[in-house]
Amino acid sequence: MTLLRISNLTKKFGGLMAVSDVSFDVDQGKIVGLIGPNGAGKTTVFNLITGNYVPDQGEIFFDGQNLVGLKTHKIVSLGIARTFQTIRLFKNLSVLENVLAGCHCRMRSGIFSSMFRFPYQRREEKMALARALKELEFVGLREHMDLKSMNLSYGNQRLLEIGRALASNPKLIVLDEPAGGMNDYETQQLVGLIRKMQDRGLTVLLIEHDMNLVMRICEDIVVLEHGALIAQGNAEQITQDQRVIEAYLGIDEDEE
Amino acid sequence: MLKHKNTLLVLAFTVAIFSCPFFLNPYWIDVINNIGLYAILALSLNFIVGYTGLFHMGHAAFFAVGAYTAAVLNTSYSIPILLLLPVSGAAAALFAYLVARPIIHLRGDYLLIVTIAIVEVVRIALVNNVFGLTGGSNGIFGISRPEFFGFSIRRPHEFFYYIWSFLAISVFLFHMLEKSRFVRALNYIKNDEVAAEGSGVDVAYYKLIAFVLGAFWAGMVGNIYASKMTLISPESFNFWESVILFVIVILGGSGSIRGVILGAFLIVGLPEIFRQFAGARMLIFGAAMVAMMVFRPQGFLPPVPRKYATHKIKPGDETL
Repeated sequence: MTLLRISNLTKKFGGLMAVSDVSFDVDQGKIVGLIGPNGAGKTTVFNLITGNYVPDQGEIFFDGQNLVGLKTHKIVSLGIARTFQTIRLFKNLSVLENVLAGCHCRMRSGIFSSMFRFPYQRREEKMALARALKELEFVGLREHMDLKSMNLSYGNQRLLEIGRALASNPKLIVLDEPAGGMNDYETQQLVGLIRKMQDRGLTVLLIEHDMNLVMRICEDIVVLEHGALIAQGNAEQITQDQRVIEAYLGIDEDEE
Repeated sequence: MLKHKNTLLVLAFTVAIFSCPFFLNPYWIDVINNIGLYAILALSLNFIVGYTGLFHMGHAAFFAVGAYTAAVLNTSYSIPILLLLPVSGAAAALFAYLVARPIIHLRGDYLLIVTIAIVEVVRIALVNNVFGLTGGSNGIFGISRPEFFGFSIRRPHEFFYYIWSFLAISVFLFHMLEKSRFVRALNYIKNDEVAAEGSGVDVAYYKLIAFVLGAFWAGMVGNIYASKMTLISPESFNFWESVILFVIVILGGSGSIRGVILGAFLIVGLPEIFRQFAGARMLIFGAAMVAMMVFRPQGFLPPVPRKYATHKIKPGDETL
C-alpha cells in the first residue's frame, strides 16, 4: 500500500531548478532511501514534504490527503515527523523536554485547564511524560534525560532528534542524514534503531551519504541528480544502474 | 529537600511582604504598591519577552488600553471599577490580537521597532483625544475607587492588600502555566522556531496567544492603576514605561517568575532608596545595568529547570 505519493513535484529558487518533475511512491512499512550527489535536491524534497517550502507544481499525497499548502505543524499532526540535517534541538531545555515537544501535537489542554490544573490536564501531562520516557528508552537516552540537550554528544543529539520525532506518534518518519557525523559504532547502533522503528510499523524515508548504510537497510532507493529522478529500485538494481554510476563516478570522456 | 527549601523561601518572602503595612509609613507602602504593579506588568510581559523570546517594547500600550477602558466606562456610565477588571483585560487582549496578528511573523529587531511604534501611536492617539473619549493630554479624572462589598479601597495600605493579593494570585496561576504544555511550547519557540514548528507546535498561534494573554493581564493592571490614581493621562503610558518593563524582565531573569519580581524591586525600588543621590542615581543605575549585562547576561535569577515526576511513571502506564 502506498503511504506517500509524490507526483510531478517541481520547485524553483529563482533561476535554479532545485527539484524538477520528481515522482515516486513510498510504500507503507518500507525503509526508503533518497540519495544523490550534493546539491541534487534531496533536502528540498524533504522540505516540500514537511511543508517548509510550497511546491511550484506537483502534488504530495499522504494517507490519501493532499499536503500541498498545509503548514508544517499540521503535517506533523497528520503523521509525518522529521529530523534535521543540521541538528536543531531546543538547546537550553532538558533532553526530556525536547522529547515532550513531540507529544505537544497529541495533547489538547489549553491555558485555562492548565492554570487550574483540571484532572484531564493532569492525566494528559502524565501520559505525555510516560510516552516521552518510552521514546527515550527506545533511542537509549533515558539516563541522560535531565541533561541540557546541548551537553549531549553529537551522536546522542542525533538520537534525541529521532526520539523527539517519534514522540509525535508518526506514521512516516523522515530522517535527513541521520548518520552524519557519527562514528562506525554509532552508525551500527543507528542501523539497529531504524530496523526497530520498522518493526514498530513505521515507514522510514531517509537521506544519507553513507552508501554502506543505505545499501544495507533500504528496501527501496530513489536517486536524484540535478533535481531530477534518475533511478529507483532496490540496492542491487541501483548499484548496476548506468546513470547512477555516471552520476557518482563521472563519465569517462574518451568513451563518449 | 530542595523542594522544601524553595517552599520555605516563598513562604518567608510572602510573610515579609504582607507584614510590611504594620511597620512602614504610607510613603513606603506606596513605593511597595508601585513595585507590585510593575511586578505584575513585568510578569505579563514575561510571557512575550521571557518565555517566547519576542522583543516587545510596547507593553505600555496594552496597559494604557486597559486603564483607559476602565476610566472611560467608569466615568461615563459609572460602572463599578472592580467589575470592569475583566473588561479592561479583554479590551487590551482584543487590541493586542488586532495589532499583533499582522506583525507576528516578524523577527527580533524588526518586531522590536514595530512594537515601539505601537506604544507611540497609542500615546499620540490619547493625546489627540481620539473619538473624543480620552480627554486629550489632560487625561481622565474622577475615576472611582474599587469597592469590596461596600468597603472602599482608598489608603495606600488598603491598596497594598489589593495589589499584592492580585500579584499572589497571578503568580500562582502563572506558576501552574509554567508546568504545562503552554509555556513549554513558548520555550520551544524561543529556542528554535523551525524545530518547534517541525515538532508540531503551531508557532504563529502560540506567539499570538502569548501576546493576547500578556495584554489581558496588563489591561487588568491598567484598571487597578486607574483606580489607584483616580486620574490618568497619556504621559503615564509612554515609551519609557515600556523600556522599564522590558529591563525588569531581562535584568531579573527572563522566563523566571522570581527573577521578574526581584527585577521589579531592583528597578522600581532601588531608585527610591538612592533618592538622596539625586542626579547621580540614574548614572549609577546605568552603570549597574551595563555591569549586569557583561557579568550576568541571563539575569539575576534565571529560570530553574522544570522538574517532572518521572518516578511516578510505571512501565505499564498508559501513554499518549
